[in-house]
Amino acid sequence: MSLQHKVFPKFRHVVDQGKCKKCTRCVNSCSFGALSFNGDRIVADNDKCVGCQRCAVYCPADAIRIVEDEMMYNNHGTYTPRIRKINWFQASTGGVLLASTGNDMPYRVIFDDIVLDACQVTNPSIDPLREPVETKIFLGSKPAKLDFKVNPEDEEDITMKSRFPPNFELSMPVMVGHMSLGSISFNACMAIYKAVSELGIVAGSGEGGLNEAFYPYKNNLITEIASGRFGVDLNYLKGVAGLEIKIGQGAKPGHGGHLPGEKVSSLISQTRMIPKFSDALSPYPHHDIYSIEDLAQLIAALKEATRYKIPIGVKIAAVHNSAPIASGVVRAGADFLTLDGFRGGTGAAPRIIRDHAGIPIEVAIASVDQRLREEGIRERVTLIAGGSIRYSADLIKAIALGADIGMVAFPVLLAVGCRFCQQCHSGSCAWGIATQKPDLVKRLNVDVSVQRIKNLFHAWNEELKEILGAMGIDSVESLRSNRDRLRYLGPNPRIADILGIKHVGE
Amino acid sequence: MKWENYTTYPSSFKDDKVFDACGISGFINTDGKIENGAKVVDMITCLKDRENGLGAGFAVYGCFPDQKDDYCFQMILNDMETKDGVKHFMEKHGKVTKEEPIDVDVEGFVSLNPPVLWRFFYQPDEDKTMGNDDDFIMQLHMKINDGFDRNAFVMSAGKNMAVFKGNGWSYEIADFYKIRDYEGYMWLAHSRFPTNTPGSWFGAHPFSLLSWSVIHNGEITSYGTNKRYLEMFGYKCNLLTDTEVLAYLFDLLIRRHDIPPTIATLAFNPPLYDTIEKMTKEQQIVVKNIRMAYRSAMVNGPFSIAVGSVIHDDPTLITLTDRKKLRPQLIGESRDGKTFFVSSEEASFQRLMISEENHAEITNVWAPRAGMPFIARVGTGLLRSGKEEPFEKITLHVDEYPPEVSI
Repeated sequence: MSLQHKVFPKFRHVVDQGKCKKCTRCVNSCSFGALSFNGDRIVADNDKCVGCQRCAVYCPADAIRIVEDEMMYNNHGTYTPRIRKINWFQASTGGVLLASTGNDMPYRVIFDDIVLDACQVTNPSIDPLREPVETKIFLGSKPAKLDFKVNPEDEEDITMKSRFPPNFELSMPVMVGHMSLGSISFNACMAIYKAVSELGIVAGSGEGGLNEAFYPYKNNLITEIASGRFGVDLNYLKGVAGLEIKIGQGAKPGHGGHLPGEKVSSLISQTRMIPKFSDALSPYPHHDIYSIEDLAQLIAALKEATRYKIPIGVKIAAVHNSAPIASGVVRAGADFLTLDGFRGGTGAAPRIIRDHAGIPIEVAIASVDQRLREEGIRERVTLIAGGSIRYSADLIKAIALGADIGMVAFPVLLAVGCRFCQQCHSGSCAWGIATQKPDLVKRLNVDVSVQRIKNLFHAWNEELKEILGAMGIDSVESLRSNRDRLRYLGPNPRIADILGIKHVGE
Repeated sequence: MKWENYTTYPSSFKDDKVFDACGISGFINTDGKIENGAKVVDMITCLKDRENGLGAGFAVYGCFPDQKDDYCFQMILNDMETKDGVKHFMEKHGKVTKEEPIDVDVEGFVSLNPPVLWRFFYQPDEDKTMGNDDDFIMQLHMKINDGFDRNAFVMSAGKNMAVFKGNGWSYEIADFYKIRDYEGYMWLAHSRFPTNTPGSWFGAHPFSLLSWSVIHNGEITSYGTNKRYLEMFGYKCNLLTDTEVLAYLFDLLIRRHDIPPTIATLAFNPPLYDTIEKMTKEQQIVVKNIRMAYRSAMVNGPFSIAVGSVIHDDPTLITLTDRKKLRPQLIGESRDGKTFFVSSEEASFQRLMISEENHAEITNVWAPRAGMPFIARVGTGLLRSGKEEPFEKITLHVDEYPPEVSI
C-alpha cells in the first residue's frame, strides 16, 4: 500500500519511560506483533495494535496505557470516519471485510427501553434469601395434555397414561451459546463445558465437531448439525443433551459458518475432518434442506437415529419473517427452537451482513411467541432466545417477553478474560480465547475460567430470583410470557404494541 | 349488638380504617340437604374488615331443581335493548326455555345503581353443539361477554346453579338479590376489596364458567402467563381482573383434560423441586410431568380460593391456597360430619355457632396446609381435608416410563 493511502491507526500505545523496566514482557504478550524492543526502549507499531490491553495488564510497572489516537477526521454527519475507513480498506484489498464479535452499530437496544414491575402492598414480595424461589426449567417438547385414568372401583387409584417427550433438566433458564472449537480455543471450550456440567445447564457445541477430550461433558452439550456437517459422527449424536440443526445465526443470517484458515490448526483439522489451514466456509443453506419439508425429514431422521430419546431443535436467525418460519419449524417436529437476534455474536462474519441483516431479538421473541400462541402450539416447544442477552436484566426481560431459556455467549467470554478487542476472526487472541495457536491457548487457565463462569451464572441466577421475588413470583415458569409485568419506556410506542406490552403509566 | 341485624351496616363501623383483603365463605351439605342463603350471608357479612363496599357476590348450587337440565344464564345487562339482542343471539343457536328478570329489591338499593339483571334458561341446539354441550356453552359465554361492547356480561351459565353479584357491600348485595330466598346444597359468598381493578358489577366475584364458580382472595402475579396460556384454548380473559383465569384453569384441566381434582390442583400449586426429590419414582414422574406440561397453568402470588363445581355430575367444593399460604383459609366441620364450612376467618364459624336463627354446630376446625386442596362432594362427603401430603391416600401408576436420558 502506498503512503498516499495510509489509514491512521485507532489506538496509540503509550509507554511511561520513567516507569518502564525494559523487561520486554509486553513484547512477548503482544500476539499481534505490535511491540518490539530496540535495545533501548519499547517501540510500538500502532497500526497493528488492536487495543486488547494484554500488554498493559501484564506490565509489572504499570507503565503502559493504550489511548485512542487523536487524529482528526474532518467532520461529516454522513461520511463518518467508520464509513470512510470501510471504503479505504476495500479499495486497498478488493475483498469482503471480515469482522467478529457482534453487530457494533449503535442501534437502539430495546431491552433498555423496558422496565420491570414489582409488588407493593396488595401482594407480598418474596424474599429469596428466606423463601424458596425456583429457577429450574426443562428443555424439550411438552405434551399438550396429560392423560389420567381413574380406577372406577377406587377413585384414589390413579394411572398416568401419557407419552413423554424427552426433556433435559436445567438448573436455571440459561444456556451457553454455540461457540465451536475453532472459533474459540480448546481451553475455552473445556472451561465452558466443565462449568455448565457443574452448574447443571447446557452449552452449545457450535458446528465444529466434538473433540474426544470433551466426551465426558457430552451430557450437558447440545451438539450442532450445521450445513458443513463438520465432525458429525455417531459420538456426536449419542448421549448429548440435545441436537440442534443450525439453519441460521443471528450475526449472519443467510450465511453459513466462517472459520478462517488461520484458525485451522491440526487439532481443528482433526476434529472437523478438514485440511489444515484451509478456510472452513460452511455452505449457506443446508444442501439437503431447501424447504420446510426437507427440514422435517432431517428432524425425523435425527429422532430415529437417537431413538426419540434426545430433544431435537432448530436454530434460526431472527429475520422479518421469523414468526411464520418458527411456526413451520415447530410443526416440522422441532422439540426446541433457538432464535438468534441480529446482535448475536460470531467468531468471524462478513461485516456487511453482521451489521445490517436481521432484527432485534426482543421483537423476534415477542412475535414468535405470539404467533405460536395464535396457532395453539406454543406449549409444545421450548423457545431459546439469544443474541445480545448481555446480563441478567436482559435475560429476565427475554423470559417475560416469551422465551423459555436465554442463550448467552459473550458474557461467558468476558468472564474468562475477553477484553472485547473484536479481533476473534484474526486467530491471534492474546488472551487465549479465540485462537488456536498453542502458545496463546495455554494462556487461558481452565480451572480459573471454570470458576469465573460458575460465579457469573450464579450471580445471574441470584439476580433472577431477586427480581422474581420482587414480582411476587416463586417459580420462573410464572414469569414466562408474563408481559403484564413489563412496561415500555422508550421513544416509539409502536414497538410496545409489537412487543405486546403496555406503556409506562398504563 | 343484635346478630340478626348485622347485615344492615352497624353505624359504629362507618369511620374505621380500610383494610386490604377480600373475604371468602361458603359451605357444602354433603348429604345434599337444601338450605337457604341465610347462613352464608351471616358468614360473609361478619368479615367486615375484608371488604370496602366495592363488590360482593354469592353462588348457590341446587337452586333450580325444576329446570336442572337447562343452562341458567344469569346476565348483567346495560339496558333492555341489549337484553333483546342477547336473547336473539342465543336463540340463533338454541332455545330459551324460560326467561325472567332476576328478583331484586331495586327500590331498597337505588344507590347501587343496578344494571338490568336477567335470567335465561337455555337449551342449545343439538346440531350446533356437535355432542359437546359444555364446550358450546363455554364458547357462547365468551362470545356474549366479548360481543356486546361491554354491555352484556354472563354472571353464570351453569346447570342448577346461579351466581348473584354486584358492586356494593356484601350485606347490600345479599339484601338486594334476596339471597335468603334461594335454596341449595352448596353456597359460596365473597366480599371484595378491589385493588388491581376498579370495583364493578361484572368484576365482582364469584367468577363463573359453566358450573364452575370461583371466589378468590389474593392477587395472581402469574396472570399474564396464565392468560396467554388460556387464550390458546379459546378462553377470553376480558373481565379486567385476575380471578377469572382461575375459573378457566379449573375448567380446562378438570373438565376438558379430565384430570382428577387432586392431581389438577398440583398443577396450580406444584410441590417444590426439593420436595419432589424425596418422592417415590412414580410420584416424581407424575409431578415433574405436571410441572412440565402445565407450567403455564401454575398460579403464582397470594391466593385463597373456594371453587364450587359439578364434576362428573357430582357437586363438589374445592378450596385451595397458594403454596406459601399468604392468604388465610379455614375449614369447619359440623358435628354430624355432613356439612363443611370454609371461610377466611374463624369468626364466620363462630357467628353461626352463637346464632339462634342460623345455628350450626361446628365442632372441628382446621387450617388446610399451604397449597393443599380441601375437597368435599355431595353424596360422598370429605375427600381431602387439605392436611394431607400431596399423594397421601393415592395409589399412583405410570403406564409408560419416560426414556432414560443416555442412549
